[in-house]
Formats: sequence, C-alpha cells, structure tokens
Amino acid sequence: MRNIFLFLRHYRTFITFLFLQVIALWFLFSYNKFHRARFLGMANEVTGKINTQYNKVEDFFHLQQENRRLHRENDSLLNMLPVNFVRHDTGVQSYQDTNPQDSTGFYRRYFLYPATVTYTTVSSQKNYIQINRGSNQGVKDGWGVINSDGSVVGTIVNVSPNFSQVMSLLHVQSRLDASLKKSGELGTIEWEGKNPNFLTMVRVPKAIQVAKGDSVITSGNNDITFPKGFLVGTVSEIGVDNAQGMYVLKIKPAANFFNLQQVHIINNVDRAEQMQLIKDTKLKVDAGNNK
Amino acid sequence: MSDFLKYTFRFILFILLQVYLLNKVPHLHRYIVPVIYYLPLLWLPFTVSRLGLLFIGFAVGICLDYYMMTPGLHAAACVLIMYVRPFLINILTPKENAEFTYKEPSPLAMQWTPFAVYVFVLTLLHHGYVLFLEWLSFGSFLDFIVKVIITTAISLLLTFTVELLFPRRLRFRTNTP
Repeated sequence: MRNIFLFLRHYRTFITFLFLQVIALWFLFSYNKFHRARFLGMANEVTGKINTQYNKVEDFFHLQQENRRLHRENDSLLNMLPVNFVRHDTGVQSYQDTNPQDSTGFYRRYFLYPATVTYTTVSSQKNYIQINRGSNQGVKDGWGVINSDGSVVGTIVNVSPNFSQVMSLLHVQSRLDASLKKSGELGTIEWEGKNPNFLTMVRVPKAIQVAKGDSVITSGNNDITFPKGFLVGTVSEIGVDNAQGMYVLKIKPAANFFNLQQVHIINNVDRAEQMQLIKDTKLKVDAGNNK
Repeated sequence: MSDFLKYTFRFILFILLQVYLLNKVPHLHRYIVPVIYYLPLLWLPFTVSRLGLLFIGFAVGICLDYYMMTPGLHAAACVLIMYVRPFLINILTPKENAEFTYKEPSPLAMQWTPFAVYVFVLTLLHHGYVLFLEWLSFGSFLDFIVKVIITTAISLLLTFTVELLFPRRLRFRTNTP
C-alpha cells in the first residue's frame, strides 16, 4: 500500500498529464460524434456576449454593402405583396378563420425569422457561424439558415438560451440534398475542406446535361429543412467520376461566407412529424427484416 | 501590477488576438493559419510548479477551444507542451545563471540559440499534435505533413517578430524585497 502511494507521489505530474489529456480527448471525440460539446451551452453564452460586442464594431465596416443588399431584398418582397395581384371577382366571399388551413387549401409550412451573425470563420475545416437567436426564442436543432439574399448558409446544430451555432456549408461534415434547377436532378452538396470559394456536388448521374453557370437550388421534397427553390450556388466547373459514372460538379456558393451579417432562420412546422415518420418506417422495416 | 494580473492579462490578450485577428485574416492559402495564442504559456516564469503548468495549459487551451468549437483539441496540445516544457528548459539552460537570475524564458535569459530551439520544439509539438488530431477525423497524410511544416514556420516567424518588437522587461530576482 505504501509503495502505491509512493508511486503515485513520484509520478503525480505524469499522472495529472495523462488525466488532463484523457479529459481533453474525451471532450474532442464525444463532440465530433454528437456535435454537442460538454458545457458548451454555458461557454456559448459567454463567448456569445463577447462576440456580440466585437460584432458591433465590425458591422460598421460592412454597412454599405449590407444596406444595398437589404434594399434589394425589400424591393423583391414589395413585389410579392398581395396588392400587386388582382383576383377575378367570382362573387365568393373570402374570409379568414383561426384554422391554419385556409379556404384555398394552402397552409403555411415554413416560417422565417431574422437573426444576426455574431461570429463566423472560413479558415477552418469545420466552420461554424454563431447567431443571436437561441432556445429562448424557440430555435431548435436542425433548422435551416439562409442569408438575406435567400442563399443557403447552413443548418443549426447546437442551441443555447440566447445563441445558436450554425454548421456552415463550409464544413467537412455538412451534407445537403440539392437539385439542379434546369433538370431537377438530385445531388448532394459537400465541402472538401480545402477552398472556401467552392463547394462540391456529387451523385449527379452522367446521363443528364449540365452546363457551366447552371443554378443549384434546394430540392424541397428530398430535404425537409429548406423549402424548394432557395439558391445554393452555380456550377463553375464540370468534372466526371468515371468509376461511378457520376458528375463531380464544382459549385460556387451563392452566399458570401466572408462577410455574413443578417440571416434568416427557417422553421419547418412539419419537421417533427416527418422525422418521426422516417424513424418509425426504419423501425418497421428493420423489424420486418428480422422476422 | 501584480504578476498574477499581468499573466492573466497576457493570456486574455493573446486568445482575443487569435480569435478576432489571426483566425479572421483573409485566406492566403488553405495551409496558412498563423497560431500564436500559446506564446504566453512559453513565457510563464521558471518558478511555476509542473502541476501548475499543466492546469494553466489546460485552462488556456479550453478557453480557445470554446471559441473555435473544437472542445479539447487545443487543450490537449497545450497540456502536452506544458508537460514537455520543464524537461526542455533543464536541457537547454546552463543551470548556474539563467534560472537564478532571470524570471522567465526569453532570448536574454537563455541566449538566442537555446531559446530558438525551445520555441521551435514546443511549436512543432503543439502544431503536430493539433493537426494530428484533426487528421484523425479528416484529411490525407501528405496534407498533414505539409500543414505541420507550414503552420510551424509561419508561427515561428510571428513568434520571433513578437520577441523582437516587444522585448519583455526582464527583472532580476534579488534577495531584497
């Protein structure tokens, strides 16, 4: 027994070293798996507050560009106002009730909320964006984020009371189902972790026609985070993976990740139900296979 | 200003510098990310105990990690270099003068060559370990090697620039209070 204590005393530095290494590596690897850091909620509040202060200063340098873009978007929104459209008068009285299902059979599936970016990088292989909306404002994991032009930015992966972390498209683990606007063909948007100016689109069959400059948009039906039609980027180089007979398209992202400031968060109201259905289906099929 | 405040201030300054300046410099090349937040760790006084060094290293690393959303990555590397530091200093400094007349490692206390070796070895260890852990989850081996070399080179360049631009006021330790 005495020898054990002597041993511990003699090697206490080394043992502490090992202990701290194990803690650090445990933090690191458990985080990579679940995207949810230990104590991150707490730390996020502190870094978020400092980032907010810093951001106030930084905002000044981008004001002009940002204003121009907001103006453009306001313009496009004004164009969409119902006053711009005239209905044929059929004599039917239209009314509004509390039922979300309105009389024309439409109901609202996506809600957009504004948010401000507090911290962003492009220099890492795993880039995150911090925004100033959190669980106190009702934000949840898995919501989509677009910039003020309506171009896709990323997906929320972690939420603290007043801030959230967005996994940017410039993240080596980011996967987004998107489609080519012209042909409607589906593919997956990835990032190789090298050049922040380009994304990669894979799994597009070689049989279809693709040209430089083609738009890539969110697919809407294959991906439950984003509504259909938000711009992801444009094709800038066409490569072919001959082994698989698929295209490897180099995509120039539509969002400018270098000076993100104002973003919109997208909430899909049906999300919980859709996720549940996917999960249940999997369980059901697996159960069937095991019989 | 008390020593404790001085060192805390240094750590905060360097972490903010790293997060808001060096991580935000426009991309020159995908390999070039200058990292110097660990410099104050190399400047800690000779008198700090080895256990103390480890805990300070962990604390500084984890602070940076929570900014960069990589919990544990830099903490692990800082703990490693803080563990190696006392051995290096023992090898590199002549016992009789440096540790007893100067307070902290610096070019003046250790001579330029041993100090350069000291900074080089710890920088290489730090970047090697951080990039190794990153490489485990992503990337190719060639990338890893090239990255270690280039990041170490750019960080050393910055370190020596800092040393030359801001020579630290070195106080002699004496018996008189």
